[in-house]
Amino acid sequence: MSDYNFAYLDEQTKRMIRRAILKGLAVPGYQVPFASREMPMPYGWGTGGVQVSAATLTPEDTLKVIDQGADDTTNAVSIRKFFENTAGVATTEETEKASVIQTRHRIPEAELSEDQILVYQVPIPEPLRFLEPRETETRKMHALQEYGLMHVKLYEDISQHGAIATSYAYPVKVAGRYVTDPSPIPKFDNPKMNMAAIQLFGAGREQRIYAVPPYTEVVSLDFEDFPFEASKADHPCDLCAAEDSYLDEVILDDAGNRMFVCSDTDYCRSRRDAGHMGRLSEEAA
Amino acid sequence: MTAQTSNSHFSGGFRDPAIQSSHVFRAAMTAMARPGEIKPITGATPPEGLSIAAGCLLLTLCDPETSLYLAPDVDHPAVRDWITFHTGAPFVPAQDADFAVGGWAALTPFDRFRIGTSEYPDRSATLIVELPSFDAPNAELSGPGIKTRAEITLPDIEVLQANAALFPLGFDTYFTAASDICALPRSSRIEPLLMKEG
Amino acid sequence: MYVAVKGGERAIDNAHAWLAEERRGDTSIAELSLAQIREQLGLAVNRVMAEGSLYDPDLAALAIKQARGDLIEAIFLIRAYRTTLPRFGASDPVDTGRMSCDRRISATFKDAPGGQVLGPTFDYTHRLLDFKLAAESDREDLPETQTAEPRSEDTPHILSFLDGENIIEQEPRTDAEPGDLTREPMSFPAGRAVRLQSLTRGDEGFILGMAYSTQRGYARNHAFVGELRIGSVPVEMEIPELGFAIEIGEIELTECETVNQFKGSKTVPPQFTRGYGLVFGQSERKSIAMALVDRALRWEELGEDNLGAPAQDEEFVLSHADNIQATGFLEHIKLPHYVDFQSELELVRKLRREAAELAEQMAAREAAQ
Repeated sequence: MSDYNFAYLDEQTKRMIRRAILKGLAVPGYQVPFASREMPMPYGWGTGGVQVSAATLTPEDTLKVIDQGADDTTNAVSIRKFFENTAGVATTEETEKASVIQTRHRIPEAELSEDQILVYQVPIPEPLRFLEPRETETRKMHALQEYGLMHVKLYEDISQHGAIATSYAYPVKVAGRYVTDPSPIPKFDNPKMNMAAIQLFGAGREQRIYAVPPYTEVVSLDFEDFPFEASKADHPCDLCAAEDSYLDEVILDDAGNRMFVCSDTDYCRSRRDAGHMGRLSEEAA
Repeated sequence: MTAQTSNSHFSGGFRDPAIQSSHVFRAAMTAMARPGEIKPITGATPPEGLSIAAGCLLLTLCDPETSLYLAPDVDHPAVRDWITFHTGAPFVPAQDADFAVGGWAALTPFDRFRIGTSEYPDRSATLIVELPSFDAPNAELSGPGIKTRAEITLPDIEVLQANAALFPLGFDTYFTAASDICALPRSSRIEPLLMKEG
Repeated sequence: MYVAVKGGERAIDNAHAWLAEERRGDTSIAELSLAQIREQLGLAVNRVMAEGSLYDPDLAALAIKQARGDLIEAIFLIRAYRTTLPRFGASDPVDTGRMSCDRRISATFKDAPGGQVLGPTFDYTHRLLDFKLAAESDREDLPETQTAEPRSEDTPHILSFLDGENIIEQEPRTDAEPGDLTREPMSFPAGRAVRLQSLTRGDEGFILGMAYSTQRGYARNHAFVGELRIGSVPVEMEIPELGFAIEIGEIELTECETVNQFKGSKTVPPQFTRGYGLVFGQSERKSIAMALVDRALRWEELGEDNLGAPAQDEEFVLSHADNIQATGFLEHIKLPHYVDFQSELELVRKLRREAAELAEQMAAREAAQ
């Protein structure tokens, strides 16, 4: 343990964050402003998620941290270590054993349960930001539920490309009210947001927290004639043969040969442990 | 009642604030995320007139940055001194409050409480309503946080339905009884529970 | 053969070890002491204190040493430390009228009570590299400084001499508690107090660029430096137990007040207006720039036109002034984005496939005709 308070933040800061989380849960999908603090890691590197996790953790929790679906990417390692040092909580790579999961850019493949909390790191919490850079304007648009601009943008995609050209951070409508940014998860993950676990979103630099309570309706925006499609690379995993998981593409050699592997490293490992074999399992072993 | 041997307003706080408040918050958060679900919380021993659950919530959520309204039924010097010593939250009239504590009748009328603005629906009050118990469910909830239906004991269905109709504006409510809490966010839809013929 | 990017933890540890080695550099060269940084790189220390929002020269020196001289990294270290400190209370507002000035100049009056005090300035140095400094010697040949005895009485603010004539706008006095941008999330309009807080801790380069843009015509505001003063002021704090304020220390500040032209509006006759800059330490470029940007941001309260200039745009200026927010977000794009990139890759492949199919069909149809 260290000289810092449990989970690093002082109690007053935690209370401020906790109050924002409660408001977020009460108004699903609405971005609650909060007085984000400077953290000992840079803005844009998960300070929002870290603050939300720090305010949520209890000493009995088991924490899992993933980045791009993987437990062993450098920033995930760094954040996990931060909580091991400052909160002394147990950590795990196994999705089912975690009570709190902090994530960047993915939702785990395994279905989450009622006892779990998923904390997202969010870079730009405002789904309308790329259409309208001004906070003063987007705030009004949310207040009036004026989401026409978003539909126009999606429709322009269709007329230009024949499809909606948004593949990640695909906007959703939460509980039939607020258009919300799901963080930069691939749209493959969007349908999973209808889940039993509590979902909390922290954007440190942009000073916003929002939440989706369990079993809340989360709908990806679409059109009747162009329904939303959760897409992924059209391959099975080359290590565990999973057909249903989101895949990373890895370049293998100078000749440009590739393999496709689960982005969720724990999911892939648990399938391999259960005896599933992919195209390149032999070589990888 | 538990023996509230509060010798002075200095006693009855959390012994280990960082840890105990993390437990209370986690229960309070889960309660707000799952409307109607009852959660036990402990750790604080507030003076006579305030339940353990209400005391725990105040210690966990209030500080000098939050304003607090005490309804007449809990507005005693001992309660004030205890809250001031342990939280530093300033006392304000109902219409300015971030938090309000008291029995249901003492908190009326409810149109005094802040419901937020359309641009900032979070600028609203959270009520902590003391109830005798949760053992007479009279309403059924649906909406965010609820898989199908949840039962809840409400002191006044109509007033709370009117509040829910304001969504995304409105106040949010914690009900407290002894050392249990249960929450009703503004997002829950409320229907009277039809009493089954026994 | 395929191994995922395992071993992240070891890679991080090794990177930290290497970084520490690089920071120290050649060990045959004497290590820098914090006192050396504090005393000999004072303006760097001042910048770190100003943008780190923490007045502590020793900690700033430590941060500069640890950051290998990267001042934004040093500011970040100070900010992250500062945010963990308990708050015991708020000081009384400092009174810059009581400043013991090392430097005090006015561009608007040739002389005024208190006089023009040039102080330790680069202004009239010829920017020629001084190779004498390269010849390290323990005792440099320092020229003897000859300055007048410091004033014992307070030095009045130059702009106060315009007050009497009613020719410059009156600063409304208020006892209202100013907002605190480190404790409350920014919302717009922010109001002048929060604006000034944001500017004083904002990136010097950004504020300088914004101020420069006003001089070049993007919401030009015709600024004169009414007064620039640098010196120390006492900091006092009310102690409730005592019932009166006691001095708890002294800080060095740079204050700039500009006098700006104002044509008048429908409701206000022509008069001069003000811009204000106040920065920790000796930070004169920053304080002048701050005053110009402050003035540009005041268009609305002065009933001026919005010319659409960047420096008039409160949301734009305040949202982008903080270099810790900016650098973090800028640099985060080097973090893994495999997942997002993969989804884009799949999408572009799909769109290209569909476009190619369409082209083929068109070609086939044309050939058939």
